Amino acid sequence: MKPAPFNYALAKSIDEATSYLADGNGEAIVLAGGQTLVPMLSMRLARPELVIDINGVDELFGIEETDASVIIKACTRQVTALNSEIVKSRVPLLHKAMHFVGHFQTRNRGTIGGSVAHSDPAAEIPLAALALDSEVELRNVNGSRRVAMADYLVGPLMTAREPDELLVAVHLPAIVPGVTTATSFHEVSERHGDFAVVAVAAQLTFDGAICTKAAVAFGGVDHTPVRIPEFETRLIGQTLAYGVPDAALDLIADGINPGSDQHASANYRRRVARTLANRAVSEAAVDARSGA
Amino acid sequence: MTDTIHIHVSINGNEVTDSVIPRMTLLDFLRYKAGMTGTHAGCEHGVCGACSVIFDGDPVRSCSLLAVQANGKSVMTVEGLSNADGTPGTLQEAFQDAHAMQCGYCIPGMLVSAHALLARNAAPSLEDIKEAIGGNICRCTGYVQIIEAIQLAATRLREALE
Ligand code: FES
Ligand code: FES
Repeated sequence: MKPAPFNYALAKSIDEATSYLADGNGEAIVLAGGQTLVPMLSMRLARPELVIDINGVDELFGIEETDASVIIKACTRQVTALNSEIVKSRVPLLHKAMHFVGHFQTRNRGTIGGSVAHSDPAAEIPLAALALDSEVELRNVNGSRRVAMADYLVGPLMTAREPDELLVAVHLPAIVPGVTTATSFHEVSERHGDFAVVAVAAQLTFDGAICTKAAVAFGGVDHTPVRIPEFETRLIGQTLAYGVPDAALDLIADGINPGSDQHASANYRRRVARTLANRAVSEAAVDARSGA
Repeated sequence: MTDTIHIHVSINGNEVTDSVIPRMTLLDFLRYKAGMTGTHAGCEHGVCGACSVIFDGDPVRSCSLLAVQANGKSVMTVEGLSNADGTPGTLQEAFQDAHAMQCGYCIPGMLVSAHALLARNAAPSLEDIKEAIGGNICRCTGYVQIIEAIQLAATRLREALE
């Protein structure tokens, strides 16, 4: 369990990090919190020639807000996001998701950008980001671009990020003031802090008791976190506080593609996805009613 | 093939200077370069918590950090929990008195996590304690006596302040 040899570069700015990436010819890898990367190096699942440490890049830390969104810089520690009042009040779904992310020790180092860059299909942060229609900001030596989460997530641990691009921030749309919005995050995992076997992130808006908009993302049940448009559409116009109609829940099984592994069978995952979706959506509906 | 990098790290208040290869983890640096073998290597891939240390004020897993990343930083290991004369500190004594150890392999990590908890919460609830040691795996005890030891330490530390 010792990493294979690599060279190490400590970047001091985004420009420096992207030029290291440009020179790296795809053999360079970015070290943020290291909670996934260093174990991958130790297990020799990753054998880069160059490790670019971005922990010294001040401009990659911090949480900013605009009228419409919350911008979390890539190297922001997970513990910072968990304790952020901005996150809690303006992107409450991410705040709820953060409680399921790793442990005390790993959240102190682990970053928001690192989790989104790695994009494990069962990780909570990319899942919440997808439910929120977030955008990922990528930069290389030539400039930057923003990619919608749905386009960014390509496959298991595969994203639209090019090898010379650095993930610099995640842009999360904030809840709209004056619109009744409720969120809920549920997951089943083997141990607290583990990646989810199945997780569901839901954000719904209501007019009185009636759902006007629904976003529900599923994790652990496909190659990437997924949304099921048919399911979301079926929720609109409903009350939902007494549970999601079966006709809507029946649409979930066809919208996901779970695998079987040592943790759970595909069938089990399908059933849990249905149960958690029902639980998350109805909990959000009840919260919306009680003004919570 | 790779160059060594010169680092200096404050370990339990002592400045340690050495050269390391980039692939050396902080865990191996502590054990093999600094001679601080109290920090245990369990899984070496970030899941067991045996290697926990306080890094720049926060508990982290030393197997998931590179030694080069500790350059200019301060690290507190389990050795830093004992009294100046080398006798066990209050937290360690509580672990002994509450019979919290069996094989003891996980205990350095448990102690570091418990120390970090008590440093910011003098009267932790049962849930707080479970949350704090949730990332530390113990294969022997079943955790009950570890939790009792942390409660005992919290009580003793509060009493000492009164
Ligand atoms: S040795 Fe570091 S977490 Fe197991
Ligand atoms: S006492 Fe043996 S692993 Fe915890």
